Amino acid sequence: MPYDYNGAVVEADEEGYIQDISLWTRELAELIARGENIEMTGDHWEVVNFLRDYYEEYQIAPAVRILTKAIKKTMGPEKGNSKYLYELFPYGPAKQACKIAGLPKPTGCI
Amino acid sequence: MASRMLHTVNKSPFERNSLNSCLRLARKGSAVLLIEDGVYAAVAGTSVAERVSERMAELSFYVLGPDVAARGLGGAPLIEGFRVVDYDGFVDLVAEHDATQAWL
Amino acid sequence: MPDENEFEGEYQGGTVKRFLYVNRRAPHGTIYPHETLEMVLIAAAFDQDVTVVFLDDGVYQIKKDQDTKGIGIKNFTPAFRALDDYDVEKLYVEKESLEARGLTAEDLLVPVEVVSTEELREIMAEQDVVLGG
Repeated sequence: MPYDYNGAVVEADEEGYIQDISLWTRELAELIARGENIEMTGDHWEVVNFLRDYYEEYQIAPAVRILTKAIKKTMGPEKGNSKYLYELFPYGPAKQACKIAGLPKPTGCI
Repeated sequence: MASRMLHTVNKSPFERNSLNSCLRLARKGSAVLLIEDGVYAAVAGTSVAERVSERMAELSFYVLGPDVAARGLGGAPLIEGFRVVDYDGFVDLVAEHDATQAWL
Repeated sequence: MPDENEFEGEYQGGTVKRFLYVNRRAPHGTIYPHETLEMVLIAAAFDQDVTVVFLDDGVYQIKKDQDTKGIGIKNFTPAFRALDDYDVEKLYVEKESLEARGLTAEDLLVPVEVVSTEELREIMAEQDVVLGG
């Protein structure tokens, strides 16, 4: 299920995760988010940027429990909790936010 | 007759005996290039270092730099006498020798 | 507030088993080390009791400063530093394997406990499931 944008085609798997992380841009992220019925706000970007930093550091996309814990550690409990993250990404903060961030499906998600 | 031989070893000396066989059978004047997991044998201070050093006078030893860096050994001291080559150096070694024998 | 484990099919309740993963291979020569690390992270995400052992060439997996840019493959080894986030804290390295390779605990990218062969034998005997890699 490739994404068409700016006249270019970015390859993605059947669930919509892009294949080549280096092709990710903010514009592509907005496009992927629209496909998930998500309008990107500053709060959404904060989580997406956090995931991209996490991937840069550890070379993995974290499972949801790990993501929640890591966000709690750096941004505090008002953001590092399931309720807040599921409000932003209703179909799963790790899965949806990783897809928007251009990362692989989280390790530990079946 | 392949009088000037380049030997390559790509297996860890701790897991396979490829390096041992190479060191036993390489003729004086040959070159030995360690690549991939074979590069672990180039590091000083391991339990195989002495076996390599024993043949240092008779053989020329080379190790592939990118494989050394990939394994986190870029800062590690190598056995004295080893020369580090890049991919171009690898190609030059193949071209300079009459034949290449890969110890897999 | 809902428990975070209720979402995304995460593991809820059930039996917790003691899983031991034994790493014996150098990091980049085969695919086993990367695959084993993925298995470790999955078991940990399902709240299992995970122990990871490094012996023989497996100790090279956690060597510091690995830089794979020059050989054109992904360096998966930074993920070992995420094990702490996954609550995988029982990492053991066999002393004899380290010494044969001229390495010390200082050369490793994660904090580990260095144990003797005898101690490792006991650690392995305590497990429910042992997986090699």
